[in-house]
Amino acid sequence: MKHIYSKKTIQRLYETMLRIRHVEESFVEPILSGTIRCPVHLYVGEEGVAAGTLAHTNKDDIIFGTHRSHGHYLAKGGDMRAMVAEIYGKETGCAKGRGGSMHVVDAKKGMLGAAPIVAGTVSLAVGAALSFKIKKQKNVAIAFFGDGAVGEGVLHEALNFAALNKLPVLFVCENNYYSTHMPLRDTRPYDNIFELGAPHKIAYARASGNDVLKVYDVAGDMIQKCRVGQGPAFIEFLTYRYRGHVGPNDNIQGTQTDIRPKAEVAKWKRNDPIRNLESYIARNKILSRGEQDKILKRVGKEIQNAHAFSQKSRFPDPKTLSDYVFKK
Amino acid sequence: MALNEAIHQMMAEDPSVFLIGQGVKSPWYVGNTATGLLDRFGEARVIDTPVSENAVTGAAVGAAIAGMKPIVEHPRMDFMMYALDPILNEAANWLYMSGGAVNVPLVIWGIINRGGEQAAQHSQALHALFAHIPGLKVVMPSTAYDAKGLMIAAIKDKNPVLYIDDRWLYRVKGNVPKKIYSVPIGKGAVRKKGKDITVVGISYGAHQATLAYDELLKKGISAEIIDPRTVKPLDIPLILESVKKTKRLAVIDTGWKTGGIAGEIIASITEKGFQYLKQAPLRITLPDIPAPMARTLEEEYYRPLSVQSIVATIETMVRKNKK
Repeated sequence: MKHIYSKKTIQRLYETMLRIRHVEESFVEPILSGTIRCPVHLYVGEEGVAAGTLAHTNKDDIIFGTHRSHGHYLAKGGDMRAMVAEIYGKETGCAKGRGGSMHVVDAKKGMLGAAPIVAGTVSLAVGAALSFKIKKQKNVAIAFFGDGAVGEGVLHEALNFAALNKLPVLFVCENNYYSTHMPLRDTRPYDNIFELGAPHKIAYARASGNDVLKVYDVAGDMIQKCRVGQGPAFIEFLTYRYRGHVGPNDNIQGTQTDIRPKAEVAKWKRNDPIRNLESYIARNKILSRGEQDKILKRVGKEIQNAHAFSQKSRFPDPKTLSDYVFKK
Repeated sequence: MALNEAIHQMMAEDPSVFLIGQGVKSPWYVGNTATGLLDRFGEARVIDTPVSENAVTGAAVGAAIAGMKPIVEHPRMDFMMYALDPILNEAANWLYMSGGAVNVPLVIWGIINRGGEQAAQHSQALHALFAHIPGLKVVMPSTAYDAKGLMIAAIKDKNPVLYIDDRWLYRVKGNVPKKIYSVPIGKGAVRKKGKDITVVGISYGAHQATLAYDELLKKGISAEIIDPRTVKPLDIPLILESVKKTKRLAVIDTGWKTGGIAGEIIASITEKGFQYLKQAPLRITLPDIPAPMARTLEEEYYRPLSVQSIVATIETMVRKNKK
């Protein structure tokens, strides 16, 4: 189904991608200077997936993320200030400085958490979908995971269990072709992750994650299927991270560990999700230059404020070390 | 049947409680504990599952995060090891690493199902593994009363609770009130009063210790029997009070010796009450050996937990000191 995009939709997708891109880039300097110390896995290059997919969700839909989930958090409506403060390790952070970049969470917005255990949150999303089924709620749960997660047994168990119970859960594989340093060709015999949907006889698709409108279309259809009880569904988005596996450039104690061919990185940068949408906007005269600048300015200001807020905020009081082990 | 009543009552009282796990539709796995639940509450809330311990336990964790109160059941806890990730990486840490934002009100029910020449992978008592993990609570009932009361407490708790029970206790009868009641998590019980030695028994160990009490009395040893009921957090104050009086401590655990709960209890009491102890405390546990198969080996393996052996071991310990 071909969607007609309203100006509002385009603007929202554009702004979401810009917010993700620019906030991610804003972490580079503080990481290099050592102000930000926790492991930060940048999503730069993959923004189209989060923006396009999560444009179809409401706050009662539940998502779970990975170690690389700033984009999911923001696209789901998470508070940017709280996320930035969390990455600085401050008490004002979304997890009060107890989680860091890999554990962004905004429960009020339905972003119920993220975790770096590869495929570790996939079954959690299945469980959220199970809760919707039991409560007869028309909501959707989404599991984001990478191509590396496809090597984990639990993903396959989760697919089977979700299909067996017809759960409203969308499996979103963000295939960025690298599982840390391992290229996909070294981890899988075929480049066909999306076909995992086939043996479970669930809806499945593959699309470019760098074309946000494609993402919007495909994810929209799949989410709708889940909402009307035709779930689960599986999507593989093909995308690429511009930066290292962790940090700006995979500089591990002075050694450059990013071994990806320069030509490959350059090829993907020519297929940039933001630039792609900007071309579409220009071709179809959807936003004026002035309107785009206004968005860009707004985003820049939001990011600046988030950093200022975070830097001003306090670190957690050491006396509170044992808080939150158990809920009373 | 005490457990069955607890689950019936809690599912009737709270629509967010549901039961999920292998064999909840069949007495093959869980005996009578799930009787009548399917008929009464339907397939939406009584969910039998394929053998996918990791994903199913993860789904229970996810449902808890989403606001439900699942009971995820593992008919043999050996198989539950496939689910270590959702239990100890996800459920145990979720509250902490979200800065208190998201809790996981979940019961993970693991059954120790052993004996009968079932060998090493149908026998293991692995509670000490979970007691090691911050963010998890671990309860282990030894009586029918506690089986119900601890299950209700575990369901009502806002945190992940490992409910670990021993199939060897399933035939033990006891008085169980009809009403809904909780046995507080983290509070032990004095099963028998005594003055010569404090004997702490975990789960089946408490059951055996209580049986050993009369035999010990006949031999002139008055044992105070304590059942901690919860192994994380342990009721150390209760045990310490007893040791102040008896000056001796033996701990019976149904797991292995090394890195186990018996060692943990003894370490805690030694740290806090070394001055009260008249002699070195003693661990009565399984040997550090996988569970064997053949009946001759099996009998030898479980011998430390027999009433006869417990009586003899404690008698030797106390006599040595009295001389």
